[in-house]
Amino acid sequence: MTDSKYFTTTKKGEIFELKAELNSDKKEKKKEAVKKVIASMTVGKDVSALFPDVVNCMQTDNLELKKLVYLYLMNYAKSQPDMAIMAVNTFVKDCEDPNPLIRALAVRTMGCIRVDKITEYLCEPLRKCLKDEDPYVRKTAAVCVAKLHDINAQLVEDQGFLDTLKDLISDSNPMVVANAVAALSEIAESHPSSNLLDLNPQSINKLLTALNECTEWGQIFILDCLANYTPKDDREAQSICERVTPRLSHANSAVVLSAVKVLMKFMEMLSKDLDYYGTLLKKLAPPLVTLLSAEPELQYVALRNINLIVQKRPEILKHEMKVFFVKYNDPIYVKLEKLDIMIRLASQANIAQVLAELKEYATEVDVDFVRKAVRAIGRCAIKVEQSAERCVSTLLDLIQTKVNYVVQEAIVVIKDIFRKYPNKYESVIATLCENLDSLDEPEARAAMIWIVGEYAERIDNADELLESFLEGFHDESTQVQLQLLTGIVKLFLKKPTETQELVQQVLSLATQDSDNPDLRDRGYIYWRLLSTDPVAAKEVVLAEKPLISEETDLIEPTLLDELICYIGTLASVYHKPPSAFVEGGRGVVHKSLPPRTASSESAESPETAPAGAPPGEQPDVIPAQGDLLGDLLNLDLGPPVSGPPLTTSSVQMGAVDLLGGGLDSLMGDEPEGIGGTNFVAPPTAAVPASLGAPISSGLSDLFDLTSGVGTLSGSYVAPKAVWLPAMKAKGLEISGTFTRQVGSISMDLQLTNKALQVMTDFAIQFNRNSFGLAPAAPLQVHAPLSPNQTVEISLPLSTVGSVMKMEPLNNLQVAVKNNIDVFYFSTLYPLHILFVEDGKMDRQMFLATWKDIPNENEAQFQIRDCPLNAEAASSKLQSSNIFTVAKRNVEGQDMLYQSLKLTNGIWVLAELRIQPGNPSCTDLELSLKCRAPEVSQHVYQAYETILKN
Amino acid sequence: MIGGLFIYNHKGEVLISRVYRDDIGRNAVDAFRVNVIHARQQVRSPVTNIARTSFFHVKRSNIWLAAVTKQNVNAAMVFEFLYKMCDVMAAYFGKISEENIKNNFVLIYELLDEILDFGYPQNSETGALKTFITQQGIKSQTKEEQSQITSQVTGQIGWRREGIKYRRNELFLDVLESVNLLMSPQGQVLSAHVSGRVVMKSYLSGMPECKFGMNDKIVIEKQGKGTADETSKSGKQSIAIDDCTFHQCVRLSKFDSERSISFIPPDGEFELMRYRTTKDIILPFRVIPLVREVGRTKLEVKVVIKSNFKPSLLAQKIEVRIPTPLNTSGVQVICMKGKAKYKASENAIVWKIKRMAGMKESQISAEIELLPTNDKKKWARPPISMNFEVPFAPSGLKVRYLKVFEPKLNYSDHDVIKWVQVPLPLPPHISVSSLLLCCLPFAPAPESRSGPSTLQVGLVE
Repeated sequence: MTDSKYFTTTKKGEIFELKAELNSDKKEKKKEAVKKVIASMTVGKDVSALFPDVVNCMQTDNLELKKLVYLYLMNYAKSQPDMAIMAVNTFVKDCEDPNPLIRALAVRTMGCIRVDKITEYLCEPLRKCLKDEDPYVRKTAAVCVAKLHDINAQLVEDQGFLDTLKDLISDSNPMVVANAVAALSEIAESHPSSNLLDLNPQSINKLLTALNECTEWGQIFILDCLANYTPKDDREAQSICERVTPRLSHANSAVVLSAVKVLMKFMEMLSKDLDYYGTLLKKLAPPLVTLLSAEPELQYVALRNINLIVQKRPEILKHEMKVFFVKYNDPIYVKLEKLDIMIRLASQANIAQVLAELKEYATEVDVDFVRKAVRAIGRCAIKVEQSAERCVSTLLDLIQTKVNYVVQEAIVVIKDIFRKYPNKYESVIATLCENLDSLDEPEARAAMIWIVGEYAERIDNADELLESFLEGFHDESTQVQLQLLTGIVKLFLKKPTETQELVQQVLSLATQDSDNPDLRDRGYIYWRLLSTDPVAAKEVVLAEKPLISEETDLIEPTLLDELICYIGTLASVYHKPPSAFVEGGRGVVHKSLPPRTASSESAESPETAPAGAPPGEQPDVIPAQGDLLGDLLNLDLGPPVSGPPLTTSSVQMGAVDLLGGGLDSLMGDEPEGIGGTNFVAPPTAAVPASLGAPISSGLSDLFDLTSGVGTLSGSYVAPKAVWLPAMKAKGLEISGTFTRQVGSISMDLQLTNKALQVMTDFAIQFNRNSFGLAPAAPLQVHAPLSPNQTVEISLPLSTVGSVMKMEPLNNLQVAVKNNIDVFYFSTLYPLHILFVEDGKMDRQMFLATWKDIPNENEAQFQIRDCPLNAEAASSKLQSSNIFTVAKRNVEGQDMLYQSLKLTNGIWVLAELRIQPGNPSCTDLELSLKCRAPEVSQHVYQAYETILKN
Repeated sequence: MIGGLFIYNHKGEVLISRVYRDDIGRNAVDAFRVNVIHARQQVRSPVTNIARTSFFHVKRSNIWLAAVTKQNVNAAMVFEFLYKMCDVMAAYFGKISEENIKNNFVLIYELLDEILDFGYPQNSETGALKTFITQQGIKSQTKEEQSQITSQVTGQIGWRREGIKYRRNELFLDVLESVNLLMSPQGQVLSAHVSGRVVMKSYLSGMPECKFGMNDKIVIEKQGKGTADETSKSGKQSIAIDDCTFHQCVRLSKFDSERSISFIPPDGEFELMRYRTTKDIILPFRVIPLVREVGRTKLEVKVVIKSNFKPSLLAQKIEVRIPTPLNTSGVQVICMKGKAKYKASENAIVWKIKRMAGMKESQISAEIELLPTNDKKKWARPPISMNFEVPFAPSGLKVRYLKVFEPKLNYSDHDVIKWVQVPLPLPPHISVSSLLLCCLPFAPAPESRSGPSTLQVGLVE
């Protein structure tokens, strides 16, 4: 056969010639012509003009010719819908053909023609084919339902095809079952709510039986479908796992990975004490290792997945370090992935071997690979403390090679090592300084400047070194400029006498000659700090930095759990949830791992919170005491006269908070300048309180430059609301709100006398409540309250009262007494008044706790229409004692990891997802994890209140 | 699922384009060409995302196969499918080349229509496909033939058709092992593993049930429970298999429960299993390289090989490949045994020795002249590799039995001629239960064994 000749017809008038040939009487000539048409179509020529002529060839008993015509039809029917109708009759006829191959071909092709008029005709033949006696026709028809659904979902539902498809799951032929499962899974994906794939122990059993009998591809469809099922208890999970494990020996890597996915997911449900759990862990390692002897493309897919698996369950592969050693002929993408996994598996036990390997890699040919290897040495140092010294000496050896990019990479990681082990390896600084001139990458320059600034007191010529960078200040990247500014200020604070000129110079360069607002702002802050209070400046700029950990490159736990549910798929290759790369509604259903309990039914976390009571409305917990007098008195009310406000010390305290918050965000910027590791802001307490007052006025104009700082005035305080209307309390109107300031909670009350008589002898009492709130002092109204007079009182509260769980949780029942009567009311306090100042969790602690809290305790909420960026949100929340532990940017979304602690010691961990770059999406997503899940709803409300005000 | 499949030549011209899903437009064809085939840099990943469309590609000689999707597909499945597609094409028309693809484009379209439906892979076993995708024009099949085809394509044994008849029932079995060694510069073995393949060629009538047994430690120990005596005898000779994978014809659940390998084989050649062992590997050779730089333009290389097995045994067809730098201008070689030649096109010295007995050593020395170069491109220093055949398996694997039953046709296990190219037990081990080699004629030489990186071991009786 020499069909290649069809590719070479390029002469003019070709279409015309083809037309003639297509209409030829000779069968052979016709076929030749159709082949030419298909070849032209393949190379991208438009041969749609031949539509009627090609369709005319359709009525033939030559199967090969028929297939070619069908191929043409699938390509062009959409552009020629009217003419495509001409083909319908033949299709319908073919669907009745005695030959099952032709019946299947017809129904298969018809489903690919996306023309409404044709789909109408498709329904009847499809119905017949779904019940065809031949399995080949049935398995083709099953897929055709998915095709039709893609064109017209409504039609499929109306025609009842979904039920027929469900019936096919019980078909006797395994391939029919597999295709039906595939089709149903796809349809179910576009209807996340529908219970289409109604999986139950019976249907699961059928699938598991078919699993043993169908083709490798069918096994993949079935395993992928099984992974979506949530067993009702651990026993069912175990029995499914037992029947899935044999698949781990399949030659097809996709079957193996899909089986791994099912096992990884169902393992969540098994108790770790179970013998079977250990057996399963052992069974998982060998097949994962075997995947590494597959073809390189598959190795890549496998390695990306193993990367997730070692993060989720490090114990599986902890002894298999050697198999991830790079082979000289591995493609670069395999090498890079192996390197990543090596670092994840590095431990004290294997560090010597790992380091020896990494050192080899650092002399390889590929630049990216070498850089990554050097960086990996640094990460080993941070991860395995015992190896730090060896890592540093390895890095020094590498610096001696004088290979430019190796040196720069080494300096960047050495900076991280200094951060992790302060005052330990400073002896190497001299060597680093020798290479100052060869640094041309911003990251390396910034790292070097950081080192010089940080250790300025030990470097004799630190001023000269930094000055040398200053010459080209404006040509540097922002990263280097910021670092240089901070570095010189550090130097000045350490050696003030010699470097005054230098610091003046950098401050004026940063503030006067720069267009960059970040740089300017930082410059101004340093300047003011230095000019007003050098001691404070020292405490701020040279504050002790929190240690960095090796956890920085881990995927955050929720995303990791989601990705585990997508093992084998593109999502696990990209390490992104499908919503990040799939358009439209398909495949964006969030998946989550099943909870580790035997009973729980609902594995999916609720997308949005159940509608709770809006904060404004307060349920009447205590029956209203109808009071005629109140009603009467209410008739002629004058405008309320505000009494003299009681002392509230918001001015000075506000300034302290302002500074604290501002510096936090300032310090928070810095680390991004000097390395990939996130820097945790120093605690607010580090700023001496005395600092606040004198400079607050000076700072205020400064802070006006930055956005969002205006709100930094302590914990959010809701406006006062009327708690007890006058008509219910014989003329006494009580409105109030709750505040929290520097550790003390108070109830700010406004008492108004709307009665005609003087009120005296006020007293207040709380009923037992969920958090033990109680007045810390008696209610002091010094003077009698005359009619129409208002008094404002701040009642300090303690949290040591007796505790009783209330419904709702934040309900507070209050009794107020005066000389007239006792009045009862109830109010809901915002939960954030209970957020304590030391609610900031350590990063590692956070990670561990997050993992530790079972998934079913996680609650997800949406905060709608809140167009804040991460910084603004973070600082707003921080002022209410919700602390940002870490921040991460994941494909354009900012993820804030936050912690808070309630007065009774309950920790709440939060993950806040913000999409700053997307003005159309101003909704924030909030996930809360807490050991006492009942507080989540209220914490969410607190979040909403704080963020929206 | 897979939205479309394209095949390109090395210039990026489309040879085959088949779109399965509506979300894949014609511009996807160009996007891949521009961003991957014509990309300036070397490909950094086999999966590329361009404008929310994902492209999976594999390359065979200079032909690119790309699968396209906009959904979150099973990535492992897509690659497995692409490999399978290559296998199917190779089974139909041999080498995958531009010429062959152009000559068979109608056939390829027909295959693509059959093995991928709406992006879902369907039965892709060539044995089944060849029964009805023939390119012979229309064969008027009888009704029975048609239903036989469809039941085979969709059936449980999709890889084999019924009614196969051979006058002579034959079965070939090859065990191919490659030893992968990682050595420190000081010559210490850091890690070693054997990856082995059991390749079978079956020419059997009907639907034969086969059973394959090897000296798997777990099986031996299980059987040995009854007779302690046998355990002690065979215990030494069993091997611990780290992991193995099987062709889809093998009943996995049976292997999982009983650890027995039973299957109905496809007709013709297939890879029955792959395995990996790391314990007690017998290294048949030691290779000791010595490299000395003499100035900037000369290298002296000396390589010693030592055979590390019984003197009574012979290794054959030994080939040592010593890579040379890219700027080599000339090489002089002296070897004690065999023939050595510098092959400039392969950047290597190839040293061949016909046979070598155990516990012997041989050496080669070479002087490599280098061109002075300013080129900063470094030499990747590939390792020395070696191919040979020895009459034992480095992993210690032995075939204990290979049984054939055909319940319907009238031939028994003894009528099958088995050609087993597997290690003989050392010392020859004749057991009553084993049918091993009792009626075996001398095996032909093993087939192609190529592969640059590893020691490869073929085994002849």
